Amino acid sequence: MRIVIAEDLALLREGLIRIFQANDFEVVDAVDNGPSLIRALTTLRPDVAIVDVRLPPTFTDEGLRAVIDVRKQIPGLPIVVLSQYVEQLYARELMSDRAGAVGYLLKDRVLDVGQFVANVRQVAAGSTVMDPNVVSALLNHRSADPHLQELTPREHEVLSLMAQGRSNAAIAGRMFVSEKTVSKHTYNIFIKLGLEQSEDDNRRILAVLAYLEG
Amino acid sequence: MTYSRGRHSSSGRPRSEKHSAGGAGLRAGLTLRIGLLGWSLLLLLGGLLGFGLLTLWTTSLTVVALGVGVPLVLVSTAMVRWFADLHRQWAADQLSEPVARPYLPAPDAGWLKGLWTILRDPATWRDWAWLVANSITGWFTYGLSFLLFLCGVFYLSYPLVYALTPSQVFRTPLGNAFRLHSVQESFALVPLGPLFLLLWYTTASRLAKLNALIIRSLLAPTAQAQLRNRIAQLAASRADTVDTQAGELRRIERDLHDGAQARLVSLGMSLGLAEQLLPDDPHAVQQLLAEARATTSSALAELRDLVHGIHPPVLADRGLDGALRALALANPIPTSVVTRLPGRLPAPVESAAYFAVAEVLANAIKHAHAQHIEITVEFTAHPSTTAGVLAMRVSDDGRGGASLDGGSGLRGVVRRLGAFDGTLLVDSPPGGPTEIRMSLPCASS
Repeated sequence: MRIVIAEDLALLREGLIRIFQANDFEVVDAVDNGPSLIRALTTLRPDVAIVDVRLPPTFTDEGLRAVIDVRKQIPGLPIVVLSQYVEQLYARELMSDRAGAVGYLLKDRVLDVGQFVANVRQVAAGSTVMDPNVVSALLNHRSADPHLQELTPREHEVLSLMAQGRSNAAIAGRMFVSEKTVSKHTYNIFIKLGLEQSEDDNRRILAVLAYLEG
Repeated sequence: MTYSRGRHSSSGRPRSEKHSAGGAGLRAGLTLRIGLLGWSLLLLLGGLLGFGLLTLWTTSLTVVALGVGVPLVLVSTAMVRWFADLHRQWAADQLSEPVARPYLPAPDAGWLKGLWTILRDPATWRDWAWLVANSITGWFTYGLSFLLFLCGVFYLSYPLVYALTPSQVFRTPLGNAFRLHSVQESFALVPLGPLFLLLWYTTASRLAKLNALIIRSLLAPTAQAQLRNRIAQLAASRADTVDTQAGELRRIERDLHDGAQARLVSLGMSLGLAEQLLPDDPHAVQQLLAEARATTSSALAELRDLVHGIHPPVLADRGLDGALRALALANPIPTSVVTRLPGRLPAPVESAAYFAVAEVLANAIKHAHAQHIEITVEFTAHPSTTAGVLAMRVSDDGRGGASLDGGSGLRGVVRRLGAFDGTLLVDSPPGGPTEIRMSLPCASS
């Protein structure tokens, strides 16, 4: 799998390269600023990109802005944004093109290498992965939402894990229930959120989006 | 300090009456002048009262040595100041700008100290000068206006006056050369009435303004007094700022020392032990490494919170606008944000504004039991400069009763804003709703 990495701190960049190479990714480019990132993404078209929110030259949210711009040219280009902190505002902006295939994770998540690499693979495969911090903040915040009030605590939990990009099998393992129970919960969630029955897996993303957009 | 001073209330009377094109304009102008006429009469009597006060004050000062003079001076000073305040308010209404009080703050220690402060205060002596001046200029300005009006009315009703009084009284209105013999002849004087009324009409507001200017020149603080007040205010707010900053540094030091630093030490210990155990007990090593990873996560979380407390990253990234939106999004109570900002503001202002709003918002969430909170932030530039005022408003539909005296965080906000000459006003009647208005002078970049 071809990957582009954008991180301005050399130490972290090297660490990321090492992690991905150890997990059989092909690191096609590793850049340290916004303009180079845009160039690398538009010319190399990797399968997935790992991008730090804060990049030179502005050292603010250059990385985030860059990927939002690039996704206007290449819709649905799988991007995982890493940040020292996660902000619901940025999660919304990232998902605003509704094309799925984004991840937004705290840099801490890299520490759990196995889970982190799995998340990156999920995004590369077209899923949406939100940091548990964003998800839990959302669930607390949206408790006044009428749609949400219909969800049972169990369904909340399922949705929260779903937003973190986990598959039904993974959710079943986490919650110590059968996979069948999980699919029953997800089905109920889709019904309560008014999401149409369809063949593809995209309803999972739509469910998360429904929350992000309140 | 001017933080908690109320709004300046200016009277709602229209003040510019340059054009009287329509009947409405004329009526408004007339109402204004008749209002002024009433005031003239009051202020004329006030001039007399002022002279009385002056006499009282001077007398009591001369008998200070006798002992009874001391309370007398204190009482009469209070009366003079009250009287002067009334005039300040009047002048402020006329000039449409507040007239500040110039007095030195009274010390808490004893009447002797208090008396000494009063006698030492130049504003006391300027009050004195004003009482003298007012009893002369006041008579001239209000008296003239009043007299012009009276003349107008008198000449308009001259025939009536002539008819009602014994025939020899009003026979020579303009001296012996002009003698009236009948009521019919007395109508010749009626045109003088409108003339005087016109004169009154055109001069009334000018005379009032002239007097207001005299009042302001004597009753407003001198440049020196203003400087002195400003210095006292700056010294106090600097002391506050330094205190707050030192406290903040202590907190950061403690948090780093007890939190992240300790965790890094424990992390190093785990790794050291793992290194030692590696050949013999791979299982224990695995557990130690898992612990090390968990410790790293919590150290990072602590550092993140700490950084957020110093300067929220989203504020650095997106400025006040984005940071407030992020704040509202994370808020459990539905919160709307309206901002009107000309791009980025200077970093210290952004930071002060953000923390002030965040603190007030936290206060509202904790105490107000509100259903909805509204944040409005607006920058108004002073004409022809880049400087301006940042006005912030946080209102909620909660139960009200917020005040600066309660154990709330609002005091801290006042101090934070004070460092920038900012102010905070609380409008929170019991039962709600609550509105906190803050202002922060700044230059936009």
